[in-house]
Amino acid sequence: MSEIQQKADSGGKGGKKRAKKMSTKIDMTPMVDLAFLLLTFFMLTTTFNKPNVMQVTMPVKPKDGDPPSEIKSSNAMTVILGETNKVYYYEGLLADDVKPELKVTNYAATGIRKVLLDRMRANPNTVVLIKPARKSVYKNMVDILDEMNITNQKKYALVDIAPADTVLISKSGL
Amino acid sequence: MPKVKPHRTSPSLDMTPMVDLAFLLVTFFMLTTKFAPEEVVMVDTPSSTSDLKLPDTNLITISVDKDGKTYFALDSEPAKVLMLEKVGAKYGVSFTPQQKKRFGQMTSFGVPIQQLGSLLDRDKEEVKKVQQPGIPTDSTNNQIIDWVIQGRAANQQLFRKPVYIAIKGDNNADVPTVRKLIKYMQDKDINRFNLITDLEMKPKTVAGN
Repeated sequence: MSEIQQKADSGGKGGKKRAKKMSTKIDMTPMVDLAFLLLTFFMLTTTFNKPNVMQVTMPVKPKDGDPPSEIKSSNAMTVILGETNKVYYYEGLLADDVKPELKVTNYAATGIRKVLLDRMRANPNTVVLIKPARKSVYKNMVDILDEMNITNQKKYALVDIAPADTVLISKSGL
Repeated sequence: MPKVKPHRTSPSLDMTPMVDLAFLLVTFFMLTTKFAPEEVVMVDTPSSTSDLKLPDTNLITISVDKDGKTYFALDSEPAKVLMLEKVGAKYGVSFTPQQKKRFGQMTSFGVPIQQLGSLLDRDKEEVKKVQQPGIPTDSTNNQIIDWVIQGRAANQQLFRKPVYIAIKGDNNADVPTVRKLIKYMQDKDINRFNLITDLEMKPKTVAGN
């Protein structure tokens, strides 16, 4: 386009002819604007279109006769997902004669994450048992699994809540 | 004043190659973009720091909405039709070719198989308005697992590729429903799940790491 323009300029000998000549140059700016707008739009939509996933691998169903896997009480830590975004946790396992101290925290960075990190530093062999209570929501479950990834906690399990845990929570009044 | 004018370079520069390239890219992105399929239900997914991407083929998506209703989706059309025939045969429900075609085009659904026929007779626009009750997931009437098993088998048969199973739960979906689904699938030796989440920034520093 600019070449054509130049030729037209240099080709004109006098001033008379020039006035008649229509410019062959089209203003492409709006078109280019639109093209780039579309380009940006499609580029952004393609990249952010795909949702993210969190991979969860559950243990293989134990065969009949396999001994159930046991966790040492000293390595265990139980995290119970309560309602209204509360997280209860206690160290060790719950038994008839052992009543561990139940504590409550939240999903903030200073909450359960700190607890998990402290616990891991104290005992690197910690196994976290995650027990979602009946009233907990799916977001809580994803959050806690995410905390496991963030804190690099490799050993954890999703377990059903035991009636004893429910009793412990209601008794503690937290 | 010199007689010969110095050759002035035109200030307008040749934009042609740039425009060419821009349009080439526009065309490319336009053709490759696949718009998110319309969902029967709005599911507001929680966020996580995981940055794995969801594959877009060979995918079974089980959505759980905030009321704990369950919806099922499989991505490929021929596999869906095959799956429909198999599940239909199991429950003694048969479908007309027209219904099968409609089913293949539907993204996800959430009705018991007994009501699926009447849903498929409706117009596309009408289907959107229907409140779908969710697929039964009780242990006595466990239809969801049949869809998963048959969907997986159909996809395997047609494409010889394993299926990813994605669970798309709402923020406020209850955990027992999701746990129940996972348990059903574990019973059928499906142990790997993908939980669909939004991206969340990773915390900058994790103390102790």
